[in-house]
Amino acid sequence: MNLSALLRAAAWLQQDGDYFFPVEASTNAGEVDRIYYFIFWVSAVSFALIVGATIYFAIKYRRTKVGMNPEDSPHHSTSIEIVWSVIPTLFMIVMFKWGFDDYVDRRTPPGDAYQVNVHAQKWSWAYSYDEGAETGMGWLGGEGEGLVVPVGVPIKLRIDSADVLHSFSVPAFRIKMDAVPGRYTYAWFEATKIGEYPVFCTEYCGTRHSRMLSKVQVLSQEDFDAWMKKQGNLADLPPVEAGQKLFQRKCASCHNMDGSKLIGPALNGLYGKEESLVGGAKVTVDDNYLRESILEPSAKIVEGYPDAMTPFAGQLSEDEISWLITYIKSVK
Amino acid sequence: MTPSTNTLERTNYLNATKGFMSWFWTIDHKRLGLMYMWSVVAAFILGGFFALKIRMTLMPGAVDFASQTAEQMNAYNNAFTVHGAVMIFLVIIPSIPAALGNFVVPMMLGAKDVAFPRLNRFSYHLWIIGALLFTGTFFIGNLDTGWTFYPPYSTGSTDNTVILATLGAFVLGFSSIFTGLNFIVTIHKMRPANMTWFRMPLFLWAIYATAVIQILATPVIGISLLLLLVEKTMSIGIFNPELGGDPVFFQHLFWFYSHPAVYIMILPGMGVMSELFATFSRKPIFGYKSIAMSSLAIALFSFIVWGHHMFLSGQSQLMSVIFSALTFSVAVPSAIKVFNWIATMYKGSVAFTTPMIYGMSIIWLFGIGGLTGLFLATLGTDVQFHDTYFVVAHFHYVMVGSALFGFIGGIYYWWPKMYGRMADNFWTKLAWFMSFIGFNLTFLPQFVGGSRGMPRRYAGYGTEAGYDSFNYWSTIGAMILAVGLTMALGTLIYSMFRGRKAPSNPWGGVTLEWQTPTPPPEHNFEIDAFPVGDPYDMNLCEYNGEEEGFLPVNPRADDPCVADVAIDPVYFEPESENAPA
Ligand code: HEC
Ligand code: HEM
Ligand SMILES: [Cu+2]
Ligand SMILES: [Cu+2]
Repeated sequence: MNLSALLRAAAWLQQDGDYFFPVEASTNAGEVDRIYYFIFWVSAVSFALIVGATIYFAIKYRRTKVGMNPEDSPHHSTSIEIVWSVIPTLFMIVMFKWGFDDYVDRRTPPGDAYQVNVHAQKWSWAYSYDEGAETGMGWLGGEGEGLVVPVGVPIKLRIDSADVLHSFSVPAFRIKMDAVPGRYTYAWFEATKIGEYPVFCTEYCGTRHSRMLSKVQVLSQEDFDAWMKKQGNLADLPPVEAGQKLFQRKCASCHNMDGSKLIGPALNGLYGKEESLVGGAKVTVDDNYLRESILEPSAKIVEGYPDAMTPFAGQLSEDEISWLITYIKSVK
Repeated sequence: MTPSTNTLERTNYLNATKGFMSWFWTIDHKRLGLMYMWSVVAAFILGGFFALKIRMTLMPGAVDFASQTAEQMNAYNNAFTVHGAVMIFLVIIPSIPAALGNFVVPMMLGAKDVAFPRLNRFSYHLWIIGALLFTGTFFIGNLDTGWTFYPPYSTGSTDNTVILATLGAFVLGFSSIFTGLNFIVTIHKMRPANMTWFRMPLFLWAIYATAVIQILATPVIGISLLLLLVEKTMSIGIFNPELGGDPVFFQHLFWFYSHPAVYIMILPGMGVMSELFATFSRKPIFGYKSIAMSSLAIALFSFIVWGHHMFLSGQSQLMSVIFSALTFSVAVPSAIKVFNWIATMYKGSVAFTTPMIYGMSIIWLFGIGGLTGLFLATLGTDVQFHDTYFVVAHFHYVMVGSALFGFIGGIYYWWPKMYGRMADNFWTKLAWFMSFIGFNLTFLPQFVGGSRGMPRRYAGYGTEAGYDSFNYWSTIGAMILAVGLTMALGTLIYSMFRGRKAPSNPWGGVTLEWQTPTPPPEHNFEIDAFPVGDPYDMNLCEYNGEEEGFLPVNPRADDPCVADVAIDPVYFEPESENAPA
């Protein structure tokens, strides 16, 4: 690694935010940082005291002659022991109370919050809005739109997972919540700064956990409204295009369309081909095979691949399945 | 010149019998202790290899983020899983209790062995079986669940390697339970008559508190892992929602063991600290009773805080709040111990020996580890830090910085007793220095990375994420740490063959293990009676220049604490082949 790369690596120092935290981009962030700095300074002073005392005593009372015995000194003192138990306890009560207040606030979205649904699956994020709009993951500087929200409006996230545990984390907002299959979890925030912020998956979920990235795009209210108007319903699009959009959102984290292997095989030119399965059997790819591969992938496993695909049974409507099949057929 | 109390040239437990079976099939707690120690060192080298693999993958520039393949990511996920599982189940949990505890506990009690010597041997053999099961995973697949084995990933998505690994953890659990059971009975039943509970050395209190956790908490992980296996092999829905189970339920079971387990890891280290600070300050430990009681308090409280690992898991708000409050209650007794150690140095006669340098540096390391726990116990800040490198740094400061450094410090402390030779010189101190610098360089940057959001268990970050500099310094630090630890191992091996011959009491310890020749005879003591009084009355021995060590001073005849006492009032397996006559 050369010097310029190192300098680039130190770029976080110039990024927005301070030494310990990224930029404060939600109404909650400032409070979290204030609690942090309170604990930080209490800890820093305690640390300086205990390490200082250790070093000071070690030097002052160092053994200068082998086997030297010290003069007598007390080895017990009830009053001192009470003092040094009670003082830390008092500080901890403050920490607990402050952290508790903030947490309860975080868990209780305002009644008028605008809801967006967050869908986690291996290894992508998708977002859906009650207006019908749907967006895919997107990463800073990359393709895809990510979670698009207006500034200054409380946003309530309803989070679900299609397969294993994931966790939705936006460091700039100081929020994080696990996505648990089989139930909904919630988080909320109110963005204060227009811009783009990274989203990470923070619960280990397998091979591409480190690529389960996304972004939040915070727009002004007007831009958000304009954006929402442009979001057609998938049903208004021609089936191939609807299928392509859906594919980008739900399948592209594991399948390429350019012949190259990702987690699963590339799906271009698949239709009509003879496919070898684990166990030696062969099938000719038709609509039924595609349908089964999507809904119950474990039923037939492609030779040379792990049984790693998310089962989509119950998660896609009949329309969506047929758009996907139409799209897969269309790519040669 | 050989000190008069050195038995290297005479019969001692090391040379009394010879051959592989005389070690492998021994029931001598000292030999078992040594075998545990070297086995743990071997496991540590294995786990360390994977740690370096992790750090090398994360070194900025080492792997191109955009073109990292699925195979490379799987290999990374395997590396952090094996690293974590080996370090926790094979290294830190058995380190001090099983290795040092076995060697020292019976001698501290003036006993010939533990209460159940053959159960003790069985524990060790279970450890070996567990270790083999873990290493077996290398040959059958790609273990990639993380040491936490969370379902539904572990039961649904990943391959069957996890079956072998959970079996391994299950077997190791029994090894740990039996060791705990043995120590509890030993401490209850084999104390010399005059050693009341409050005349026990604090190391025994720590081992006792640890053993309580071992036998109460470990069965729970055993059951949870079995349930996991049932789900994995028979598709019976317990945790996987697809089969009608609840994944959060597993987290409760897992942390109900694994939080107390973190105290299985640290309490014995705290016990070592108490011995070091008393001996090397040549002063009675400050606040004996509050240290002893805080060990028990920690053991009890540790059972009611597990939910702090699950603030964001979807558990109810009320639970999170209660668990946060309870978590702070564990921090208080931990803090009290630190204050007591420091106060012990006050007006003492502090010797800068290698073990004491490890001990003093643990004030720094445990200070950071414990204080950062406060940020995690506080709900508002934990939301930001959970599952980031902040947590990674926190638990490394406690588990490596404190527990492992405590283990190494303890090894250097009891080393002369083990091998009859000294390991305390410029090189042992240099090795400490390298390890200390390397350790801090590795883990301090991770706190800042973590508070800036850097997630854990990521095979790569990409430069745009802005975490390269943390990874860069961490990797450099890890290399320095590796050099330091290797040097420490080197100093020990060198000393085994070339070290200066040790007197029976090189440091001036007054607990009973220092009252027998070095290395001890097979059945620990040549005399069958000794005085037991205040465990930290440093006037019981004094330095002797010819001996280059300490020799006992005749106890005052009028001291009511002092009396002649038979060595072990209760001894359980008199018929066994190696049993003392
Ligand atoms: C978590 C990764 C993952 C996701 C997400 C995923 N797949 Fe797959 N897919 C795989 C893997 C691995 C295979 C090969 C093993 C098998 O046959 O199950 C596969 C196989 C297939 C096959 C059979 C391919 C062949 O060559 O016969 C089809 C068709 C398919 N997937 C379609 C989809 C569609 C459509 C989606 C989105 C709705 C999707 N997959 C999402 C991983 C994934
Ligand atoms: C001094 C008091 C301590 C407090 C207040 C404390 C607090 C915490 C909290 C709240 C967490 C959960 C953080 C999260 O996942 O978001 C945590 C994690 C952890 N702590 Fe501590 N801790 C303390 C001491 C220790 C000790 C002594 C050890 C071990 C020797 C330890 C080992 C761990 C481990 C292993 C984890 C992470 C487990 C994982 O997710 O893999 N902690 N600690
Ligand atoms: Cu993930
Ligand atoms: Cu815990």
